[in-house]
Amino acid sequence: MSFDAEFRNQQFKSVGSRPLRPDGIDKVTGRARYGADFNMPGQLVGRVLRSPHAHARIVRIDTSRAEAVKGVKAVVTAADLPDLTNGDAELLHILDNCMARTKALYDGHAVAAVAAIDAKAAREALKLIEIEYEVLPHVVDVDAAAQSDAPLIDETLFTGGVEPKPAKPSNVANRSEFGHGDVDAGFAQADVIVERSFRTEQAHQGYIEPHACVASCNPDGTADMWVCTQGHFVYRQICADLLGLEVSKLRVTSSEIGGGFGGKTHVWAEPVALALSRKAGRPVKLVMSRDEVFRASGPTSATSIDVKIGARKDGTITAAVAHLRYTNGPYPGMWAELGAMTSFACYDLENVKTVGYEVLVNRPKVAAYRAPSAPMAAFAVESAIDELAGKIGMDPVAFRIRNAAKEGTKSSYGPVYGPIGIGPTLEAAQSHPHMSAPLGPNQGRGMACGFWFNFGGQTCTDLNVNADGTVTLAVGTVDVGGSRASLSLIAAEELGIAYDDVKAVVADTATLGYNDMTDGSRGTFSSSMATISAARNAIDVMRHRAALTWDIPVEDVVWEDGHAKARGENYGNLAPLSVKDIAAESGKTGGPIAGHSELVADGAGVSFATHICDVEVDPETGATRIIRYTVIQDAGKAVHPSYVEGQYQGGAAQGIGWALNEEYIYGEDGRLQNPGFLDYRIPVCSDLPMIDTQILEIPNPNHPYGVRGVGETSIVPPLAAIGNAISNAVGVRMSHIPMSPPRIRAALDGGAGS
Amino acid sequence: MRYERPETIGDATALLASAKGRAFVLAGGTDLLVRMKSDAFEADMVVDIKAVAGMSDISETADGFEIGAAVPCAALGEHAGLVAAWPGVVEAANLIGSTQIQGRCTMSGNLCNASPAADSVPALVAAGARVRIAGPDGTRIVPVEDVPQAPGKTTLKKGEFIAAILLPKPAQRSGDAYLRFTPRTEMDIAVVGVGVQLALDAKGVVETARVALGAVGPKVVLAEQAADTIIGTALDDAALEALAEACSAASNPIDDKRGTAAFRKHVAGVLARRAAKIAYERAGGK
Ligand SMILES: Cc1cc2nc3c(=O)[nH]c(=O)nc-3n(C[C@H](O)[C@H](O)[C@H](O)COP(=O)(O)OP(=O)(O)OC[C@H]3O[C@@H](n4cnc5c(N)ncnc54)[C@H](O)[C@@H]3O)c2cc1C
Repeated sequence: MSFDAEFRNQQFKSVGSRPLRPDGIDKVTGRARYGADFNMPGQLVGRVLRSPHAHARIVRIDTSRAEAVKGVKAVVTAADLPDLTNGDAELLHILDNCMARTKALYDGHAVAAVAAIDAKAAREALKLIEIEYEVLPHVVDVDAAAQSDAPLIDETLFTGGVEPKPAKPSNVANRSEFGHGDVDAGFAQADVIVERSFRTEQAHQGYIEPHACVASCNPDGTADMWVCTQGHFVYRQICADLLGLEVSKLRVTSSEIGGGFGGKTHVWAEPVALALSRKAGRPVKLVMSRDEVFRASGPTSATSIDVKIGARKDGTITAAVAHLRYTNGPYPGMWAELGAMTSFACYDLENVKTVGYEVLVNRPKVAAYRAPSAPMAAFAVESAIDELAGKIGMDPVAFRIRNAAKEGTKSSYGPVYGPIGIGPTLEAAQSHPHMSAPLGPNQGRGMACGFWFNFGGQTCTDLNVNADGTVTLAVGTVDVGGSRASLSLIAAEELGIAYDDVKAVVADTATLGYNDMTDGSRGTFSSSMATISAARNAIDVMRHRAALTWDIPVEDVVWEDGHAKARGENYGNLAPLSVKDIAAESGKTGGPIAGHSELVADGAGVSFATHICDVEVDPETGATRIIRYTVIQDAGKAVHPSYVEGQYQGGAAQGIGWALNEEYIYGEDGRLQNPGFLDYRIPVCSDLPMIDTQILEIPNPNHPYGVRGVGETSIVPPLAAIGNAISNAVGVRMSHIPMSPPRIRAALDGGAGS
Repeated sequence: MRYERPETIGDATALLASAKGRAFVLAGGTDLLVRMKSDAFEADMVVDIKAVAGMSDISETADGFEIGAAVPCAALGEHAGLVAAWPGVVEAANLIGSTQIQGRCTMSGNLCNASPAADSVPALVAAGARVRIAGPDGTRIVPVEDVPQAPGKTTLKKGEFIAAILLPKPAQRSGDAYLRFTPRTEMDIAVVGVGVQLALDAKGVVETARVALGAVGPKVVLAEQAADTIIGTALDDAALEALAEACSAASNPIDDKRGTAAFRKHVAGVLARRAAKIAYERAGGK
């Protein structure tokens, strides 16, 4: 059935209210089942052995002594995960990252794994696996790795995206370019030009729940997996591909999720757990330690970015250029490309050019982190924009308003925008009381803007009307940020019933069609679209049942306010039938009532935000306190405003941590020095002020209710907003994230910005 | 691994002395239990001292205070007499970890864990605290600064453990203070810690002073030359500047994940200045 996704302005009854979340009680009472909370009879303990070297050839692995340990049921190496990828390089990289094949490419790279009857035996076995390494020169720094004399991570890699094809291999995997106009001509028209280089260090998503799964392979070729993931359908596909399983025979159930932020869109331990289970013939639970989570999973790119922006004295930007180098870990990705696409997306520019370079380094494979790659680009660009506004003598908000993109603007990465929120968020910032509140000594204010694409994708939903008229909604997008509540509100709205009469669950891979992951801020956007579609289909069924009950043509039955109503003068005596009425009779009118939906949710509306931040810097110690923080962001339509606010606050909190203290610190030996929350400093509650939020609603024309994704954009402006605030407080332009106390002290002592 | 929970000092030292391999005293366990989770940790015996008689008491004696080795740091903050006499020591102990950690952790454990960044240690050293060590051959009393030797190493001999921390009676017109620097507001490890204790004469001139620095060397530093810079002064700006410089000079830190050496030396001076001012005010100086 064709589905009309066009936005229709309407008065909402459920959408926009703030009911309690359905998963709340389980979570606060400790009953919610996370990845490590599943158990199977006869289950073994899985453990992974990891390389202590940043770069080393694996000469020999001898597992015989480990296999002889009492209680050890299986030891696996790359030999147990043969290459079935059929020339698919990306898939082979995933396999190689799960278990090193010929070389260990970073400190923490998995080289072997064991399954044993208890943790003690597993631990003993790990110590008895003998590995002979040939240690190779390594490189972890993004700029050093891009040099022509850097140790090569992949000797067969030639930089893509350049003509002619380079003659020598390089750690620069790819070059990408975006933009339009003539930047040289643009700079020639500029009265003022700002040119600056920036660096950001590698951050981890910092989800509190480590990766965890239970894998159970049966001799008949079927397998089950319970796992903490942002996308169980995708995990199923990748694991099936890597292990040579039939997709239908691998059933994956997602657990509750203790944070993902993009980090749980990639497999690490899961294929290994399946390989262990297959070899041992028993279920295997594999839970990463925090140390493993930091060393082997997650992180975002470290970057080095050069920005040049020119403007006329009247405040019009005439040209803008950015060169962005992003670490990818040891395998090629498209992280710099995303940075290059997002850099100038907030602005309406005549001449713009961005170039991204994907740089391989001996660090863990980069994973998505909330609006991946955008925060670093925004840090560089929004810092330079602020400086430029200052040089011209313009208020930074007014300067941005003057150059802001609007409906019809050709974006720096190509598409022409529809109705967008950058202008409105800036105008809201301009008139926000925060913007004009007085500042004390050593305090500074900064603001910055951010953009994220948002994503739609494949989605499938089932809506079942039960005999008592309540509704069960089965969705395939993992609930990361409260989507079960939001989707229940959507179903209630469309059907015209009460929120409490809807129960949403996340279905496993065997009971629902394929769904893309909860990433790209797509969870509520796409699943709400599929839920509306499924509800409309169920309404159609109910109209038919009402028509049957009344014995009138279905065309004469309309759906209004949660009731089937007979339309027309002849039917004056027919009382409307509620969902409960129709459901109660369903056994006699044709059986169960359900609505199904499968669709590709197109037209995820792009998202913009403006953040304002006040800081106080202790000039003697370089310590920064965030004293006030305001997030203004376009939600399209806030389905459950509390969760929208939560997303705004969460992104800001993560951005604050990244801006001030979070960073991967490597020693000379290429080993990670701080793989734990003690020295990888995410903020604690007392580090954060109350983060104020303001939701703007500029409807997305491509969604029936106007919804846009809201989950990611909120992490894009903070690095820059805080950078601008600190620069204003201390009078030195900060150019290196994180702006930790030693870096601020060094900047104050004369070392510029870092 | 054996777990023992003796009830007398004699039994505890006998157990520790008899252990064949590595034996560990368990006080609050906030360091030990974390270490036990690591793959590298091996132990043959753990001797829990929380049931040993007297270990959980704070007593006021003619000479000052005696704090049993198992007294959790939270209890220090609830002891009005101790808070009045040694506010700097108590505030240092109450910076450790969080409310939950303080319900368990002890100053003795903080000292014996021998981390250069231990918070209560510089405050105890500045206060002139000593420890009573029980061992197979009886007890001995040593200054706090003589317990840690190097990161993770103490001077305690096999079979010995700390039974109590002894704080003197504070002198007239004296005060102490402890400040640390951490990038986060809490749940963090000191990048630098400074404890200052001083006593004034009737005119408000510093008569005696002790300054101790944490996290700027392999073990706590008793900075005697730094203390000398303020003795005989009314803690004027010049004296504070000299103190700061002397503390920076007495610091011998390394560059590591928690901060650069240059940063630590600088901040040691800044905190010393600030802590000295607080101690001076507490001593009644104006
Ligand atoms: C989340 C968290 C935050 C923390 N934050 C801080 C902080 O801010 N500042 C800080 O300084 N520390 C911090 N710590 C470390 C720890 O809490 C302190 O060092 C604490 O004081 C240790 O005391 P305990 O009684 O728990 O020691 P335990 O863990 O019981 O023992 C520590 C060590 O000392 C030995 N030991 C204990 N008691 C004795 C004794 N009486 N005689 C001889 N040996 C003994 C043990 O064998 C062990 O080696 C933190 C720890 C955690 C887990």
